[in-house]
Amino acid sequence: MKQLRDLLFPLMAVLCAFAVGALVVLFIGDSPIETYRLLLGSALSWPDGIGYTLFFATPLIFTGLAVAVALRGGLLNIGAEGQLYVAAFATAWVGITLSNLPSALLVPLCCLAGIAAGAAWAAIPGVLKARFGSHEVINTIMLNFIAVALVGYLTQYHYRTPGDPIMESAPISAAAHIPRLGQFIPGLPARIPLNVAFLLALVACWLVYVLLWKTKWGYEIRATGQNPSAAEYGGVSIRKEIVLTMAISGGVAAMVGIKEVLGYRYRYYDGFSDNYGFTGIAVALLGRNHPVGVIAAALLFAVLQRGGVPVDAFTQLVSKDIVLILQALVILFVAAEAMFRRGGRRQGAGGTI
Amino acid sequence: MRSILTLSLLFSTIRLATPLVWAAIGGLYSERSGVINIALEGLMLAGAFTAAAMTYYTHSPWVGLGSAVVAAAFFAFILAVVCIRFKANEVVAGTGINILFLGLPAVLSGALFLSSGSTPQIPKDELLPEVARLSVLSLLALLLVFATQHVLYRTPFGLRLRSVGENPEAADAAGIRVNRLRYTGVILSGVLAGIGGAYLSIGQSSLFTRNMTAGRGFIALAALIFGKWRPVQTMLACLLFGFADALTIQMQGVAKLPSGEDVPVQFIQMIPYVVTIVVLAGFIGHSRAPGALGVPYDKES
Amino acid sequence: MRLELRNISKRFGAVLANDHLNIVIPSGTIHAIVGENGAGKSTAMRIAYGFYRADSGEILVNDEGREIRAPLDAIALGIGMVHQHFMLVRPMTVTENIVLGAEPGSALLLDLKTAAARIRALSEEFKLAVNPDAVVEDLSVGQQQRVELLKALYRKAELLILDEPTAVLTPQEVEEFFTILRRMREQGKTVVIITHKLSEVLAISDNVTVMRDGRVVGDMRTSDTSAAALARMMVGREVLLRVDKPPARPGAAVLSVRALSIAGRRGERRLDKVSFDVRAGEIVGVAGVEGNGQTELIEALAGLLPESQVSGSVAFGGQDIRALDARRRREAGIAHVPEDRHRRGLLLGFSLAENTILGVHYRPPAVSGVGSVLLNEPAIRRRAELVIREFDVRPPNPALPARALSGGNQQKLIIGREFELPPVLLLISQPTRGVDIGAIEFIHRKIVALRDSGCAVLLVSAELEEVTALADRVLVLHNGRIAGEVDPARVTHEQIGLLMTGGLGPGKVEGLGPSDAEGHA
Repeated sequence: MKQLRDLLFPLMAVLCAFAVGALVVLFIGDSPIETYRLLLGSALSWPDGIGYTLFFATPLIFTGLAVAVALRGGLLNIGAEGQLYVAAFATAWVGITLSNLPSALLVPLCCLAGIAAGAAWAAIPGVLKARFGSHEVINTIMLNFIAVALVGYLTQYHYRTPGDPIMESAPISAAAHIPRLGQFIPGLPARIPLNVAFLLALVACWLVYVLLWKTKWGYEIRATGQNPSAAEYGGVSIRKEIVLTMAISGGVAAMVGIKEVLGYRYRYYDGFSDNYGFTGIAVALLGRNHPVGVIAAALLFAVLQRGGVPVDAFTQLVSKDIVLILQALVILFVAAEAMFRRGGRRQGAGGTI
Repeated sequence: MRSILTLSLLFSTIRLATPLVWAAIGGLYSERSGVINIALEGLMLAGAFTAAAMTYYTHSPWVGLGSAVVAAAFFAFILAVVCIRFKANEVVAGTGINILFLGLPAVLSGALFLSSGSTPQIPKDELLPEVARLSVLSLLALLLVFATQHVLYRTPFGLRLRSVGENPEAADAAGIRVNRLRYTGVILSGVLAGIGGAYLSIGQSSLFTRNMTAGRGFIALAALIFGKWRPVQTMLACLLFGFADALTIQMQGVAKLPSGEDVPVQFIQMIPYVVTIVVLAGFIGHSRAPGALGVPYDKES
Repeated sequence: MRLELRNISKRFGAVLANDHLNIVIPSGTIHAIVGENGAGKSTAMRIAYGFYRADSGEILVNDEGREIRAPLDAIALGIGMVHQHFMLVRPMTVTENIVLGAEPGSALLLDLKTAAARIRALSEEFKLAVNPDAVVEDLSVGQQQRVELLKALYRKAELLILDEPTAVLTPQEVEEFFTILRRMREQGKTVVIITHKLSEVLAISDNVTVMRDGRVVGDMRTSDTSAAALARMMVGREVLLRVDKPPARPGAAVLSVRALSIAGRRGERRLDKVSFDVRAGEIVGVAGVEGNGQTELIEALAGLLPESQVSGSVAFGGQDIRALDARRRREAGIAHVPEDRHRRGLLLGFSLAENTILGVHYRPPAVSGVGSVLLNEPAIRRRAELVIREFDVRPPNPALPARALSGGNQQKLIIGREFELPPVLLLISQPTRGVDIGAIEFIHRKIVALRDSGCAVLLVSAELEEVTALADRVLVLHNGRIAGEVDPARVTHEQIGLLMTGGLGPGKVEGLGPSDAEGHA
């Protein structure tokens, strides 16, 4: 019965969000039915629909996992955006700088650099919270802005190809490229950027599952998120858990860089993130902070994102930002889950602000 | 360096601090009643967009301002319902509102103005008026601070508001309607943050651009914490952040590295955000939040 | 004002807090309502004040039936209440606290001056000396209590309900407090004191009502009764519920505590230079009304309090363990059954199996494999099944979330978990709080069996029967000090009760032994 309820609430949240979204579309004078048809319908075509949907889902799985891990530990990581920027740049940096290394060495190094950068960037607000008690929400948001500025500086002043007007870094070495899935799947043309990072995302889901539910580290993270007093009673160091959880969260978010830099643009491209970090919050909440739920929710939002393009193009008035609105509504309805049951319980992600 | 410290820096500081003051004082009303309001950013955007759109249509900045207030208050009310009635996690719900206003203005402006997020430019004479080179909203902000000081500490409403945020049980025992006061606090925060946002679009500039608050709502929150949730101190904190921002603008193209080159603009852009982090880390321990902040009131019966 | 509760009943979930109560409080008297923790006294008075609504029954004020749905109604009728935990807004001033809800002046401007003047007048009239401009946070507990009294008087209360008013006062403050009460009675007010301190009841009240298990079991003039009679009515039977307990055969001292003092977060003394030993194979009981330092004692011994708050020495097996954290203390063999099982003892959202390894989750057998990182699920399940079986946890399904269990079964799970360590020293606090009778007996037997296997047990309980039934020696804590050590086999409940409640004057009490009773500190 509880399992049924667990599935029902996200579904109802989505339905409510869609209902309100339909009202918004009506308000601006367009047809909700047409809008939703375009939004949802274009995801199913082959190869473009499914290919692009899975491609869009990849970063959302990473950021959704990142936020989910943090929430399991009782923390709200709004900084995935900044973490993935820093990580993407680090990934590109290794790909540019160590260009003489062979693929077998270079690709893992690029990945590790990205993960380390993301973990470190996320550990900063973790330490600030553990040591000073300042809330991770404000600090991660500030660090988002700082990350964008920092990485922008590095790109503009140090890593841009001279003469290139676009804010992007020099290309990475060819040895750092990771293959597109079009190479392995017949019928999937190479122009569709769905790449191996998608498989990495699925692997990451599995790894996060194992970490959280099969290891002692995950036990401690979850215990801290559930009830810090009891965790403390059980000998867990709450401060250590805060930093560790944030670092893991940042490390997972960082993998977006792998998909972007090594599998798609083959360089660092400023401003590449289409709100992946924020969408990750909606994905995690909708997916009930569980890797399987995250995959499902990420697919839903990827479908919406894919659908945003034809909505933009083919409706008179609706732009693809309707997707953002739907995400926000999902977050609100999921947060207010008490409305779907009597005597709702709160999730903890508190602190002083 | 001397050329930087001029009167223009002072005016710049006041101009940049103005939206922060409106938003931060708004946050003060909410947080003093015990409800964390992390949606100041979204509420400011609501105000900014509505003000720009309505001013464009009606050619009157006052209608624009009024509708900004209504719009922001409405969304603040939604936040209040979600947090107070449904006892949602206040930080998550606030984040939802913020994301909503990443997208909603863009969709609406797409429909109304066929643009990708901005409203059309508004002619100068239809913007909010200025007095002595400062917007009326800047002057009113000062008035707001002192009015809040009075309301909070010298009126029955303020007394009750503070009690509800510190010890809702005691307030309840004294016969006060705790949740009703909290609704009031949150809606007020919407009203004031909406005005702060309106200042951005029809006071300081002449249109709304996508995401134009650029984190100011969060900086306002940090100012509130720095200011220990007290009106005058919060205003001073806002001035500090405004000063950092003003310095940023002045320094662009002027500040030089020892080598003679310009300091890269990105480092200057970072300053306000770094300052916020440092301030928070240094002050959160010493800052005394309202006792019941973030705890929904649930009378066990 | 004459107040009558007629046939009042109130249920909280499974607990019948008030069972057809009939209480009459005559006008102009000081009336005491006594009973043990959980007897239902506070509930009854909170109903009179409008904080709760009774399920059935009626309230009569001056012989007229009245609806009291919220504190505002009670205040309007002239009923005021001072709660056990003060309802004060700490950063605000005395005046602000007193006028809250009844502010003088207009909506635009508070008239605190008029209020302060009126407060000063009331202060004079009732001899409640307090500075209207002081900030409540800076006041002593006694002064804060005066503010609470003034609050009620300012709102024109004719009947004041005081819930455990002397629980936090020093002896001198208690005397001053009595003077204030007498003054109020002179001025025609009616006062109701909820308390369990029998000596005070005898000293100040005109009438006394005794409650037990939600019912009234006695109602009389104070002059017609005695402490012993009241204690007997409060507690029930003279004969104690004894566990079939072979005599203890204590070995060497496992835990040695010397001059242990604990400061609270605001520097106040929670425990004051306490010294005692716990030997292997014995159960040392700590009796006392809650709030006299027991919680802090156990948390400090378990390693859960910051070092800065604790001073004195704690030796375990001969070694100083002050520097050891909670994890290492458990590794050394100190098990801890916490008093608040929901806050400290369980992860309610986790399964029974996961809860069974809380505290040992990071080392074998809970983990196995390379680097001891992976949880060994079969081993965990086996351990959970063992605990469930040995400790009769129902329903016996290790996959259930802990939340799904009843209080008694949750407690058995925690106890089983801790007993499986196996411990050298067991710290156990309020072992049967909120637990049904069947489980209580089971738990008691298990504790004795643990003792007989050679473990040292330190048992804290607010239930007098439990302490005297289980313990081989009983330390009585009062105000952070050991008020006395008694042999439970040779002492009566009344005598312990008097020690617990500070009702003992200086000097010894017959039948206490083997060590000195220090008396009221």
